[in-house]
Amino acid sequence: MSSTDISINRDVHHAHEEHDHHHDQNFFEKYVFSLDHKVIAKQFLFMGIFWAFVGGFLSVLFRLQLGWPEATFSFLEPILGGWVENGKLNPEFYLALVTMHGTIMVFFVLTAGLSGTFSNFLIPLQVGARDMASGFMNMLSFWIFFISSVIMFFSLFLETGPAAGGWTVYPPLSALPEAIQGSGDGMTMWLISMALFIVSQLLGGVNYISTVINLRTKGMSMTKLPLTIWAFLLTAILGLLAFPVLFSAALLLIFDRSFGTSFFLSDIYIAGQALTNTGGSAILFQHLFWFLGHPEVYIVIMPAMGLVSEVIATNSRKPIFGYRAMIGSLFGISVLSFVVWAHHMFVTGMNPFLGSVFMFLTLIIAVPSAVKVFNWLATLWRGNIRFTAAMMFAIGFVSLFISGGLTGIILGNSALDIQLHDTYFVVAHFHLVMGAAAFFGMFCGVYHWFPKMFGRMMDEKLGFVHFWFTFISVYLVFMPMHYIGIAGFPRRYYNWTGFEAFNIFTDMNTFISIAAILGFTAQFIFLFNFIYSIFRGRRATENPWHSNTLEWTTPVLPGHGNWPGEIPTVYRWPYDYSKPGSAEDYIPQTVPFSQTQSSNLPNEKDFE
Amino acid sequence: MANFPIEEQSSRSGVHPLKFSLWLIIISIIMMFAAFTSAYIVRREEGNWLEFDLPNILLINTVIIAFSSVSMQLAYNSAKQNSLGRLKLMLMVTLGLGIAFLIGQWYGWADLVQNNIYFGGTGSNPSGSFLYVLTGVHGFHLITGLVFVLMVLLSSLKYKVHSKNMLRIQLCTVYWHFLGGLWLYLYIFLRINH
Repeated sequence: MSSTDISINRDVHHAHEEHDHHHDQNFFEKYVFSLDHKVIAKQFLFMGIFWAFVGGFLSVLFRLQLGWPEATFSFLEPILGGWVENGKLNPEFYLALVTMHGTIMVFFVLTAGLSGTFSNFLIPLQVGARDMASGFMNMLSFWIFFISSVIMFFSLFLETGPAAGGWTVYPPLSALPEAIQGSGDGMTMWLISMALFIVSQLLGGVNYISTVINLRTKGMSMTKLPLTIWAFLLTAILGLLAFPVLFSAALLLIFDRSFGTSFFLSDIYIAGQALTNTGGSAILFQHLFWFLGHPEVYIVIMPAMGLVSEVIATNSRKPIFGYRAMIGSLFGISVLSFVVWAHHMFVTGMNPFLGSVFMFLTLIIAVPSAVKVFNWLATLWRGNIRFTAAMMFAIGFVSLFISGGLTGIILGNSALDIQLHDTYFVVAHFHLVMGAAAFFGMFCGVYHWFPKMFGRMMDEKLGFVHFWFTFISVYLVFMPMHYIGIAGFPRRYYNWTGFEAFNIFTDMNTFISIAAILGFTAQFIFLFNFIYSIFRGRRATENPWHSNTLEWTTPVLPGHGNWPGEIPTVYRWPYDYSKPGSAEDYIPQTVPFSQTQSSNLPNEKDFE
Repeated sequence: MANFPIEEQSSRSGVHPLKFSLWLIIISIIMMFAAFTSAYIVRREEGNWLEFDLPNILLINTVIIAFSSVSMQLAYNSAKQNSLGRLKLMLMVTLGLGIAFLIGQWYGWADLVQNNIYFGGTGSNPSGSFLYVLTGVHGFHLITGLVFVLMVLLSSLKYKVHSKNMLRIQLCTVYWHFLGGLWLYLYIFLRINH
């Protein structure tokens, strides 16, 4: 589907290019339909932040229900209208809330918001390119994402509510409008929105890959790339391979819902009446979905890993420990991510032997993940650490990744997973390891690259306050969830007070909800800091963090084309921090070895 | 500042970035059809699968699209040799064969309906629906390919396609061959799994 877009519009693209160089750009060309990767990155960032607040707000709503199941929520009526009946949240609306929270956070914030912002912003700047391979495709990618966002946002206000079948939209629940209100128009809009979203991601991903492969500056070999770029490249490759499969699944689901086919439906009775659909397989959808779904969690976490690697090395004033091992582990994770999808499906009646195969493959992922954690810790070890706000979030990321990753080893075991499946243990696991961790990676990126994006610094003190509130409340929310999960507390239940076994957890749930509300409130500190700093922040210098990578050699506010003169040539890897014999504790990539004879290693003498 | 058209940046891999992007797009389309065909196999193994004969016209269509690939290649070669008359002719032939293929596919669908193989509704079976989806999604991509061929044809009428300006027709040729190859794969796949 995306195929013609570039081809048709290549002419248009040419026209725009020429146009740009002859005239001053008007407001629309500069800020709205911009072809400049930096503007597009900011557009993705603003959309991501907007969506994060929407998604967070939805989670506060259902945490209210879970924390105070007996309370009346009449005060929510002005916002939610008919969804609050006699002070009680509508149960189907509760399901819609968790569905939309998941969809928004996974796709719109942590995929589009994270990759869209930082891949767009950093790839051309760090590889030394004037812009993306195709600026027009890049712009198209954002605006298709925007349309997709509008549709998804609009579906929140439908009378029958947005999609409510879980973010995984398993049929038959999602396929039959008779099953649940949310499977009506809300689900249709969900599918349309996601189909557009996939097109947008593919357009973006194609651009990221071809920019990294084709448009590196002179001297920038693949092994001189910053780890951020490696992470973005592999993320884009995962997206390119995984998203079309979700598109196929969504297309078949659309046919099942609207054209009467039976790909996923068979032998279903509603109110005693058999549906005409025969021959479908609901498990088939799960296979297709998780073939995307599992790589998707790495699409979410790998950009964060890249950002964190860069920030930790810069702020420890040390070379990253095990640069090649970091790339190798990213490769390992990428390959393995495609052969583990069925660990989401241990309870579907899968052949136990097949289950054990997927179990082993899943557990192998612990190896590259542990390599990465080890290397981050070894980079921090005896480093000359500067605790900037970005660094705090980077270290927080490592902490969350460890805590969440450990429970992954438990859930990867099919025998244990069958017990823990669909409990809050799973919720706690993935929120720590991919939800909160990826958010921390994103915050780390925003604090660190804010000076290059807006030419001003964010307030460090507010950053610290934001960090500590967020960090503490994340643990306060998700640690107790493990306990109620082990006790068998099922996820997605609207009301659990009817079950004697779960009543003892009322206090725990109230505690979690309070922590969640605290965590959400803390994000307004960030929002204030972010907006305030754009206009009133301290002015930044070209290279405020004394970092080595190419983006810091651009002017404070790089214009279209990024470097006013020639694109700089790269001579060395990006991690020459605190090199013995060097006057400064950092040597940018653009400094040739001939200028640093005092610090060159024996094997670098040849390059002088 | 920034008076460097992005197009002029030197490419590290020796391949034009847009051509590289096209290959990436082709990979994503391959993944989509890999999903459909693997779903087809998985679903077929589960039983309750209606067996029926493929419409005979599909074979004719396969031949047509193979010929269109040949004419596309000839068009490309003509552009390389600057024989612009033959270029236009061959592009028109490709366009015509592509449209003929689509019409043929449409008749294939009509054939299926006559044999009571429906896309959806009562009495439809996933085996039939899959055939419609595979041909339909391929047909959609073929339409995008036709639009591309048309664009190249229009620019060749303005003498913008020649040996010094090969990028456009090169991309178009790659894409068109891919669509032909994709159909060949689908046809063989359906033949084997029927």
